[in-house]
Amino acid sequence: MLLSRSLSLSVMTKQLYFNTIKQGLSTGVSGSGAIKRICIVGGGPAGFYAAQYILKHLSDCAVDLIEKLPVPFGLVRYGVAPDHPEVKNVINTFNKTAEHKDFNFYGNIALGKDISLEDLRKRYHAVLLTYGADQDRQLNIPNEDRTNVLSARKFVAWYNGLPGAQHLNPDLSGNTVAILGQGNVAVDAARMLLSSLDALRKTDTTEYALEALSRSKVQQVYLVGRRGPLQAAFTIKELREMLKLPNVQTLWRPDDFTDVPAQLANLPRPRKRLTELMLKSLSEQAGSSSAKNKRFLPIFLRAPKAIGENEVELTVTKLQNDMAVPTDQTEHLQTDLVLRSIGYKSTCVDGGICFDERSGRVHNENGRVLRDAVSKTVDPGIYVAGWLGTGPTGVILTTMNGAFTVAKTICDDILSNKLDTSTAKAGLDTKQLHRVVTWRHWQRIDEAETQAGKVLGKPREKFVDVEEMLKVAGL
Amino acid sequence: MAFAQNLVRCTINAAVVKSARSLSKNASNFSLLQRCINLKPITNQHCLRTFSVGTQLHQDVNVTFLRANGQKIQTKGKVGDTLLDVVVNNHIDLDGFGACEGTLTCSTCHLIFKTADFEKLPDKASDEELDMLDLAYELTETSRLGCQITLTKDMDGLVVSVPATINDARSA
Repeated sequence: MLLSRSLSLSVMTKQLYFNTIKQGLSTGVSGSGAIKRICIVGGGPAGFYAAQYILKHLSDCAVDLIEKLPVPFGLVRYGVAPDHPEVKNVINTFNKTAEHKDFNFYGNIALGKDISLEDLRKRYHAVLLTYGADQDRQLNIPNEDRTNVLSARKFVAWYNGLPGAQHLNPDLSGNTVAILGQGNVAVDAARMLLSSLDALRKTDTTEYALEALSRSKVQQVYLVGRRGPLQAAFTIKELREMLKLPNVQTLWRPDDFTDVPAQLANLPRPRKRLTELMLKSLSEQAGSSSAKNKRFLPIFLRAPKAIGENEVELTVTKLQNDMAVPTDQTEHLQTDLVLRSIGYKSTCVDGGICFDERSGRVHNENGRVLRDAVSKTVDPGIYVAGWLGTGPTGVILTTMNGAFTVAKTICDDILSNKLDTSTAKAGLDTKQLHRVVTWRHWQRIDEAETQAGKVLGKPREKFVDVEEMLKVAGL
Repeated sequence: MAFAQNLVRCTINAAVVKSARSLSKNASNFSLLQRCINLKPITNQHCLRTFSVGTQLHQDVNVTFLRANGQKIQTKGKVGDTLLDVVVNNHIDLDGFGACEGTLTCSTCHLIFKTADFEKLPDKASDEELDMLDLAYELTETSRLGCQITLTKDMDGLVVSVPATINDARSA
């Protein structure tokens, strides 16, 4: 039906016609050789970008993407700040990938729980692990487990509606929050705490988080870094956004910048521009308006030493070869709440994965997973991309390029017969698994979330309960 | 009158491309496809996404994208299109190009200009564009984001380099 209609198409719709044929033959047609079956574990940006590359460059392949949650997109959904909706435009590309005839999304399947790596390797020619980094690094300082210390990762998950994070209940009744760490996650958390509620109401911040933020008494947020302004981990876009935030005054400590101007000339352009922006803001702060009632307070050259009841004890550091070295001086910073934001790390979800507990990532060589850490030999047929392989750094562009590179390695290994694909593989038997979420199911959840959002004047209201998601999906 | 027609054409074309972009496996989108088909072709261009209005609409601007492996992609845009529009409208095969769809939140449409062309560009890069460029791979002094460069008729014959990416490694 689809095909016969398409045949009458004119020149103008040639591209559509081509796509239609592709879509129309979506079942049961393959080339003469055995289908190369690839399983991607983890539906975040690394997984979707890798799928996109493989589907485009490898003929006669089938790509199945399994995801622990019933919903796709990983940190694009649960990490990207709600007030950065443009960044989420990458989802449009992921949707195109998901619509490819040789692609399947299977949500609500957890590796290591619902299916083992060993089983996946029997069913697929190649397995690509892209399940990211869902734990956070610890400071390993006294009293870190106090109730006034929260992980920034959990705080982000809370306002973004990650299932399991909805009960975080952060205590925002105090005046001051100290965020330990200066990466973009730290800046996102600071911005969420300092933004006007009216601005956030138009975003897909979960309703319970908006409600809690509406009662927030937080007036000032410290952003504490071990190293100096020249090593600052946040990117310039995020800083510029903070500096423009209505009703928020940014105040730097002039002493942190004593040696900075002299080094400006020798910096590469990105670092130079970031530093110039900090210096400009510093130079303007004396005359800046005190009518603004909230404050953003970056602090450099201080390392967390211990947590107290209403304070953090900081060690004064100095720089040696760009590294922070502790001095014997300390400083006490008064704060009501502490957010720890010193990076994410991955976990080993299946005993079959060669995992480096120390670095919190999978042992690999350019995306090829190693058999063991000692011999450094590659374990054929198993790959890793995204933060699980590289560690938690970089923007989406970094993840995209990394995922494309590993996907190319998989294609190359298959085409050069480094990876044997001559025997047919079965792929996933979804009948043996419980309540598997297909793309169609996810579209129902997506639609219901969008509808719920429309009522509230926001792009979507996320379901935060897995059971509810499955119910909406019709499972 | 001609002006009004152009406006209509412009809207229809945009609608066609929008539906083409959302074409999916599921049947519900087929109605969109049908709507496209029923619209008889107005020009012999395929599904152009054109945002310029008025008499300038028909002015073609020749653009060449030069890949790091030396491959030249010769194509055309319209006055008023951005270089990102040109890549999208002509289905130019650059994996990952324009990930944020022209909203200045990524640097995947990074392009490198020849110095003379760079200096002639009517608008200098904004702080926000430079902020994104600072995250790009292979940043040069004549780098710009394709989504921020709007074609003028003076740009006819423009040659821009696409920084080396995984695409080039493969097709080399």
